[in-house]
Amino acid sequence: MAKHETPMLDQLESGPWPSFVSDIKQEIAHRKANPNNVELQIPADVPEDILGVLELSFKHGRTHWKHGGIVGVFGYGGGVIGRYCDQPEMFPGVAHFHTIRVNQPAGKFYTTEYLRKLCDLWEFRGSGITNMHGSTGDIIFLGTHTKQLEEIFFELTHNLNQDLGGSGSNLRTPADCIGMARCEYACYDTQDLCHTLTNEYQDELHRPAFPYKFKFKFDGCPNCCVASIARSDMSFVGTWRDDIKIDQEAVKAYIGGEIAPNGGAHAGRDWGPFDIQKEVIGLCPTGCMWMEGDKLMIDNRECTRCMHCINVMPRALRIGDDRGLSILVGAKAPILDGAQMGSLLVPFIKAEAPYDEIKEVIEKVWDWWMEEGKNRERLGELIKRQGFQRLLEMTEIEPMPQHVQEPRSNPYIFWKEEEVEGGWERDVNEFRKYHLR
Amino acid sequence: MDENEARKTIVATLEGKKGKSKFYLKDFYAMFPEEKPRTIKNIVNKMVGEGTLEYWSSGSTTLIGLKGVGKQAGAEHED
Repeated sequence: MAKHETPMLDQLESGPWPSFVSDIKQEIAHRKANPNNVELQIPADVPEDILGVLELSFKHGRTHWKHGGIVGVFGYGGGVIGRYCDQPEMFPGVAHFHTIRVNQPAGKFYTTEYLRKLCDLWEFRGSGITNMHGSTGDIIFLGTHTKQLEEIFFELTHNLNQDLGGSGSNLRTPADCIGMARCEYACYDTQDLCHTLTNEYQDELHRPAFPYKFKFKFDGCPNCCVASIARSDMSFVGTWRDDIKIDQEAVKAYIGGEIAPNGGAHAGRDWGPFDIQKEVIGLCPTGCMWMEGDKLMIDNRECTRCMHCINVMPRALRIGDDRGLSILVGAKAPILDGAQMGSLLVPFIKAEAPYDEIKEVIEKVWDWWMEEGKNRERLGELIKRQGFQRLLEMTEIEPMPQHVQEPRSNPYIFWKEEEVEGGWERDVNEFRKYHLR
Repeated sequence: MDENEARKTIVATLEGKKGKSKFYLKDFYAMFPEEKPRTIKNIVNKMVGEGTLEYWSSGSTTLIGLKGVGKQAGAEHED
């Protein structure tokens, strides 16, 4: 029988998607059975109490986690986040439930052996529950006790060749797409740049340096699979500055139906014969494409590298040869002062080791933000407060037409007070009945 | 700037603060308006390593205070 009744969580399992509730129940069964006779270093019933406290939070519509703590590993100001439950007597297994962030390998390439070792370590010294590459992006170990932290850190760094990730007012774990390892669209070696900057800025990653969090993310091309343009304070998006390469024979083959468009994707239904006018030329955002007879023409000066035509006809159209990246700054989620997309700072820069030009831009931006940023003010908010022109002054980048173009929209929805039962007001005494200090 | 003098200033300033035990990094910069933030940041982080100061983190923000002052892990009954 389950330790806690969880009717609302159980309902989540009935949906069409894989459920984290089912995953946690699987871990509960595994820890109870303990088939490998692991000497569990924290209580076996931690996953049961996780479901219990979550059910209570669903019931109350409020969290039962307290805010932060002083726990960590020696010498590091990030990578470990103290978490305590405000109902420790009801859920003793999660009374102390600290999070560890693990800096994932660039491109998220790892072997099953490595994953197995991580999971074995976490089963032994933690809750066994992980969050792989969620919104934070890195590998998250969810829930352990303070005594286990140094042991886990030692094992990770000495036997798994693995460092902790970033948290708090630090550089966060840099994240990149798989890049040149598997993708023909990659305009630079995302893994090399991500790994190089991770090593270069170890101090910023492990010890608080900034007014608030700072994120780097690396996309090899403007398809932006990592969504760096929306998710990082400094976004590195691959691009090229010469012409899209056209194979006119392959264009004809697409038109003639000999090559499936979109690399064969969307093949679940019959969309009719491929129509280059409707599906490519007519969808070009700048209208820079046209047919001359059976030849596809592109006015590359007008191309904004949206990638649509290349995605639809990858065998006919290829990225140019003069490759590098664009740097965009200031994207953020809406914690304070609203969501923002990145603004273009450097339209084109070569991405070649040792990346000195890129590091120069990064450090100038940091110097400005460290000096002028208010507490908990993200780079994007400082840019808004002091102006993009000030950023250009501080980075010594000349204003140019590309700076005027800015893709901005708010992808988030906020609740209004009248839409929330009881509004923003609440009875503190009533709250304290359920949330101990 | 003499680093030892800076350490003394930091400790004395924090000890003089009443009712507050955790501070933003910028609060330390304000103690040395003539110095580069990076210099102060490095001293503060060194003082944490030496055990004079300690970090507190919410997960998204980091605060820093004198070690052992204010709410401690012991208050969470984790022995």
